[in-house]
Amino acid sequence: MIQKKKNKTGLFVTMVAVAAFLALTIVLENTLDPIRNTILFTVLKKGAVYALVACSMNLLNGFTGLFSLGQAGFMLLGAYTYSTLTIPMDAKDMVYYLYGGTVFRFSLPDLLGGVDTPLGLIGGVLLALVCAGIVAALVAWLIGLPVLRLKSDYLAIATLGFAEIIRAVFQWDKLGRVTNGANALKSYPTFSSFNLKDAAGNVTLRLSTFVAVLLAAICIALILLLINSSYGRAFKAIREDEVAAEAMGINLAKHKRLSFCISSFFAGVGGGLFAMYANQAQAKVFTTAMTYEILLIVVIGGIGSISGSCIASFLYVAASEWWLRFLDSEMYIGSFKVPLLRNGFRMVVFSVVIMVVVLFFRRGIMGDKELPDLFRRRPKAEKKGGKAHG
Amino acid sequence: MLRIDDLRVNYGGIEAVKGVSFDVPEGQIVTLIGANGAGKSTTLRTIAGLIKPAEGRIRLQAEDITGISPDKIVSKGITLVPEGRRVFPDLTVLENLKIGAYLRSDDLTDDLNWVYSLFPRLKERSWQAAGTLSGGEQQMLAVGRALMSRPKLMMMDEPSLGLAPLVVKDIFAIIKRINSQGVTILLIEQNANMALHIADTAYVLETGRLTLSGTGEELLRNEAVKKAYLG
Repeated sequence: MIQKKKNKTGLFVTMVAVAAFLALTIVLENTLDPIRNTILFTVLKKGAVYALVACSMNLLNGFTGLFSLGQAGFMLLGAYTYSTLTIPMDAKDMVYYLYGGTVFRFSLPDLLGGVDTPLGLIGGVLLALVCAGIVAALVAWLIGLPVLRLKSDYLAIATLGFAEIIRAVFQWDKLGRVTNGANALKSYPTFSSFNLKDAAGNVTLRLSTFVAVLLAAICIALILLLINSSYGRAFKAIREDEVAAEAMGINLAKHKRLSFCISSFFAGVGGGLFAMYANQAQAKVFTTAMTYEILLIVVIGGIGSISGSCIASFLYVAASEWWLRFLDSEMYIGSFKVPLLRNGFRMVVFSVVIMVVVLFFRRGIMGDKELPDLFRRRPKAEKKGGKAHG
Repeated sequence: MLRIDDLRVNYGGIEAVKGVSFDVPEGQIVTLIGANGAGKSTTLRTIAGLIKPAEGRIRLQAEDITGISPDKIVSKGITLVPEGRRVFPDLTVLENLKIGAYLRSDDLTDDLNWVYSLFPRLKERSWQAAGTLSGGEQQMLAVGRALMSRPKLMMMDEPSLGLAPLVVKDIFAIIKRINSQGVTILLIEQNANMALHIADTAYVLETGRLTLSGTGEELLRNEAVKKAYLG
């Protein structure tokens, strides 16, 4: 009874905050000079995509207690699925020119009326993103059969290996007509395709950042719904104590597989969004380093906190892409050359920051709390409330 | 209600249970007593489906449930309060209780109220993380969590382990109360004195074999039991 009421206030606060953030992205993108502020929108878009992938990793690592490092591999599957399904028919030959065309003789947006029509664009992109998730989830199911029997570190190593293998396979020449070999896939609809244009081709309303944040927010909301359902409770029970969970009638194999597949589904969708953000999909960017970036976001945000993952994602992307950029360029104050500042120094500082976070703020920004929890009354007051209501 | 026939279980490379047969009549409190390593816990965990038996049969009301998965066993009305309580420490008391009812999809309000009436302390602490409870409260929570699956048979593995004598008394009083409300109880204990006092039927397990059986009273008076377990 009281729990429901509390969830509702929390939900309301969260929804208002997200809606405000979405509105802000539209306002910002249409008032600020798009060329001078490119970096801000890059950060917002990439931050949104990373937030989704971090949440998907958190679902598995933080809520189910399965330590997997395959996120980049599933993103790669998602990115390739998305882009192969959405490259317009007339661009295919150009993209696949080295291999003389592709085996995909259709394009989802074209099937729905073309990229230039609202239905073709929105429907095609959404369908392709869902397919991206489904492909990632199916592959996760397959590799989960042998791999999920492993515990902790071994599971991490196995999934890491999977991600490496899949990256190599996708760059294989023989698969050129499917994956375009080591070359990038491009010309598919990106976030910028959602900017509204007038007949002359001038942009009238910029929506690219809005669409990125909106799509990520929808997926994260779905993850949150899952975590707050009885399945989410079962996942947490498995994390806390496998034996007790099993004795309570939770089927371990089934729930682990479910969590793994759902996490991979959203990593796949995230991969599709990453392709939209990057304007091209290429297997070589989905490295282990990318998985580590995501893992860092999860750790910095707080393992077991979705809002923590989201906040940390934007902070991390902003720091690495923007705020710490100045460290990479030489700087003079008068005739004095500031020491140490040169190309690559940013990564040194960044590593130190991360070490400090891990050493002194081990529970991350949010611990395992969510944003609405911070506005709750103290436990003592809650106890009294519980008595009065129950 | 529950009938075990010639149960043999290998666990950790040794034969921990070597052909055990016994009955748990409906509505009773049945206890298995025995020393460390006698195979008590293994027997219980096998009935709960957590370990597969090598041989033998387990039947619940004439239905063979040998070797089926733990979740099916829970849904058939057998639940286990594991040794050492094993509550989920970072989840709240309420969440712990809800996980106990994981396989049920009906309304939980009545059962929650029932558990809270048995353990008013849990109601006061329903928003607290289970890990912050005292040992006795955690044991109450483990029992409450098991009751949330609405069991016909509740198996308890050493409920007195590591608890203060006064708390142990409370726990046993509550076991009796739960039993009087229609839940059959299979209890294993090293604290033989307490267990035999509340048991309708009792068995003594020694190195994987049953060596004695009788009512709780009979075993309390038995010289061999007195010597070995009651000191």
